[in-house]
Amino acid sequence: METTPESTGGRPAIPPGLSFDPSQFGKFMMRHGHTGFIGMQYRTHGDNWIELALPWREDLVGDPETGVLASGPIISLLDNATSMSVWALRGGFRPQVTLDLRVDYVRAATPGKTIIAWAECYQLKKSMAFVRGIAHDGDIADPVAHAAGIFIQVDADGWSRDPGAAK
Amino acid sequence: MSDSAEFLSERLPPYARSMGMRIEGLLDGSPLLAMDFSDRAMGRPGFLHGGAIAGMLEIAAIMALHAELGEEDAKVRIKPVNISVEYLRGGVTVETFARGEVIRAGRRIANVRAEAWQADRDKPLASCWMNFLIKPKG
Repeated sequence: METTPESTGGRPAIPPGLSFDPSQFGKFMMRHGHTGFIGMQYRTHGDNWIELALPWREDLVGDPETGVLASGPIISLLDNATSMSVWALRGGFRPQVTLDLRVDYVRAATPGKTIIAWAECYQLKKSMAFVRGIAHDGDIADPVAHAAGIFIQVDADGWSRDPGAAK
Repeated sequence: MSDSAEFLSERLPPYARSMGMRIEGLLDGSPLLAMDFSDRAMGRPGFLHGGAIAGMLEIAAIMALHAELGEEDAKVRIKPVNISVEYLRGGVTVETFARGEVIRAGRRIANVRAEAWQADRDKPLASCWMNFLIKPKG
């Protein structure tokens, strides 16, 4: 593969044939697995950032007395948004796993409101991607949560497997 | 199941129930949370979603805090302040367990750690620490 640090702007090379279209990936994401179950949606993206949404739903509530969404679905949303921001910056899909993720819940999400997560990859290295994100419910200046995390780039071998093959 | 485990099962929020989480009893004095694998918890094909693992750690931490607060629990509201999750291994398509441990529960702040594992408790999938704000109700 003829890629040099110069031709990729210092970023790790994208494996040939692997492209990443966040809006297409978003459609797939909405239909399958955990992201499909909690109802995650793709909104928009830029060079190194992405925006996803999670509509409020009664069965995702963490406090039945107030109707406030559980923090689990908000972490899932931030995990996906930060992860996809790496592919947006890389300009292509490459297998990666979450090394760590920290979330500060600055206030409770408003019951009934859709949560929007904006996330960016602010530093992309050969084996690691550094990400951060903000979750809000309509006004990014009044956030619900802040996230910071690191993704590790891994080999395609063993990254995914046939779900029926585990037992 | 002991009385306290039964009481805690009633405290599981809608999110935990819809993900299929349940209290299996107590393990070393803390509630043991269990969840069967299902498509609703799957991230990349064949593996648990990192958010589902974190969600389980959070519920385990919250349940451990409810158990620790005992009679005080009915008088207070607990709010998660922050969480830091370290992912150690991929979670595969089998049953997952999680258990929280209250490190310190003061009057206003509680610090709780939690771990999640599958077949072998000595090989955790992920661990976390969480801080909670404890506020009197009303």
